[in-house]
Amino acid sequence: MPDGAVPVLDVRDLKTVFLTRSGEVHAVNSVSFDLSPGELLGVVGESGSGKSVTMMSLIGLLPSPPAQVRGGSAIFDGADLLKIPEKQLRRIRGPRIGFVFQDPMTSLNPVFDVGFQIMEPLRKHMGMNKTQARRRAQELLELVGIPDAGRRLNDFPHQFSGGMRQRVMIAIALACDPDVLIADEPTTALDVTIQAQILDLMKRLRDQLGMAVIWITHDLGVIAGIADRVIVMYGGQVVEQAPVKELFGNPQHPYTRALLETVPSVTGDRAPRLRVIEGQPPILSATPAACSFRARCGHAFGRCYVENPQRMPAGSGHDVACFWDPATGEPRDV
Amino acid sequence: MFDAPRKLIEVSGLKIHFPIHGGFLRRRVGQVKAVDGVSFDIVEGETLGLVGESGCGKSTCGRALLRLYDLTEGSIRIDGKEIGDADHATLRRIRPKMQMVFQDPQASLNPRMTLSRIIGEPLDEHTNLGRKEKLARIYELMDAVGLNRSFANRYPHEFSGGQRQRIGIARAIALNPSFIVCDEPIAALDVSIQAQVVNLLEDLQEKFDLTYLFISHDLSMVRHIADRVAVMYLGRVVELTTRDRLYTQPLHPYTEALLSSVPEPDPSLATLRDRVILQGDVPSPANPPRGCNFSTRCPRVMDICHRLDPQSKEVAPGHFVACHLHDPRINEIASEVAAEQEAHQEHPTRRET
Repeated sequence: MPDGAVPVLDVRDLKTVFLTRSGEVHAVNSVSFDLSPGELLGVVGESGSGKSVTMMSLIGLLPSPPAQVRGGSAIFDGADLLKIPEKQLRRIRGPRIGFVFQDPMTSLNPVFDVGFQIMEPLRKHMGMNKTQARRRAQELLELVGIPDAGRRLNDFPHQFSGGMRQRVMIAIALACDPDVLIADEPTTALDVTIQAQILDLMKRLRDQLGMAVIWITHDLGVIAGIADRVIVMYGGQVVEQAPVKELFGNPQHPYTRALLETVPSVTGDRAPRLRVIEGQPPILSATPAACSFRARCGHAFGRCYVENPQRMPAGSGHDVACFWDPATGEPRDV
Repeated sequence: MFDAPRKLIEVSGLKIHFPIHGGFLRRRVGQVKAVDGVSFDIVEGETLGLVGESGCGKSTCGRALLRLYDLTEGSIRIDGKEIGDADHATLRRIRPKMQMVFQDPQASLNPRMTLSRIIGEPLDEHTNLGRKEKLARIYELMDAVGLNRSFANRYPHEFSGGQRQRIGIARAIALNPSFIVCDEPIAALDVSIQAQVVNLLEDLQEKFDLTYLFISHDLSMVRHIADRVAVMYLGRVVELTTRDRLYTQPLHPYTEALLSSVPEPDPSLATLRDRVILQGDVPSPANPPRGCNFSTRCPRVMDICHRLDPQSKEVAPGHFVACHLHDPRINEIASEVAAEQEAHQEHPTRRET
């Protein structure tokens, strides 16, 4: 993030808990991050790391109960998204913070044509009449690269392929010209050649429209190609945060390092054997009192078992929540 | 490879077509050509990777190899025995030799059976082991796949995705098979767990002399595990060669595009790379385009591609590719086709056969 720029979204100490029959699940534990205007922030983590729950908490999309946002703040345009009344949140969620989900089939309504679904936010939030909304809807479909846009407006979701549906979802999310777009694994359900098309489209749209994007994924390859800055999540916490080149070139957290080593590539040297992160991700039944990666970490020492590391600076724009320093191979002096 | 490796699986001209029924009387109105003329061999002890996008027919092809579908056409030989037209009793005798690991370990394990019953089921079906011997074998299998023996009486829902996949693998190796079809075995798993399962598969291959058909859409993982790789597009194998050749000098334009679509997990390389981004979507296998199946999306499409379906040719030893670009006789063929079409235009009454 350039110094002095006012973040468009500033999240501090977000905590989200699920109340289940077998006790509490602390899905998000003190997550903090900020987002600059026009920035593409990648959020990486495995399933259950809390990356989706974090974003859903911000825009109030988690059903409560069982979910409960226990604390923290999320400042967007001077307002705290976690505290403002639902009515006010509705004027932000959608028109100003758009989102695209993983599965384009379940997020589109099968009984309405896509034209109606793109026009809906335009008429509701932008006060357009039918003709204006339809013209804008066609523009949006053209923007996301759907050929023959005018005619396609009358088609229903099942008449589109997976990649095309995801383009429609992006068009809906962009309808009101949002300041922030949250994309939750938008290419995971797609084939690689289609994924390449969507990634290309997103990069172009971001440059063209200048919005900030939060891109959630478990695929480091996707992140490497698209993000400006990355946060790595593990066990409901941010364990590392850095500009993309720094993160891939100089990863600090043992989890990030292991993750990078377990992923094979289609180019470069081929390792005879894949590196493995042994064990399973943690079960988050309480606020962690120790490092949540300790059981799978090759460098864990005494302190990791009794204290949960906080994020500490590790270079320019780079911070990490770990007591171990890969540069010296020794515990950090903190 | 001097001591002529033995071919364990020989597939030739394999076609699997599924009927489409429609209309008021549910009459047959067409067919989905899921696999449309596929030939390849798998030699003993190797891993053949089968890659392609969803809907290209790779899973159908894998399942057909185990005769889980009836063939529309073609032949499949396992260890020299033809199974394409084998009857039920014959298949039952052969099946212990060929097993499958499924994509979704959640859906492929019966939730009401304990782990020991799941792993023991193939033993009940195909062997006459006594209770003690069976339990000993189940423990042996659990050790082999890295499952704690104390889990034997637990149910599938008590396990994580990676552990469930281990159960599926234990079940697959229970009868000492020689050939296993791994149908996207890691697609449903997290990155850090994928590596565990792939390493396990490699260990088992070495230990039990297994031959794998590894079906996946993950090109980087296939590069890791496979010895040779076949690329499928719309029911056809468009390119088949050794791993190193495929990843360093792909010949088919589809393979090139597929490889360049894989996101590079290194930002400094990712921005440098010259990417081929394909336009459009895969056509429907119920209505494939005329000529080459890939002609609708191919960045290097030629006139001939819309007219003539390319045949698979061995362009270098062990390197097969089905593309007009790599056919040395292409100019000859192109002029022949053009002449033929002219003749058609002169005699419009003559019908193409």
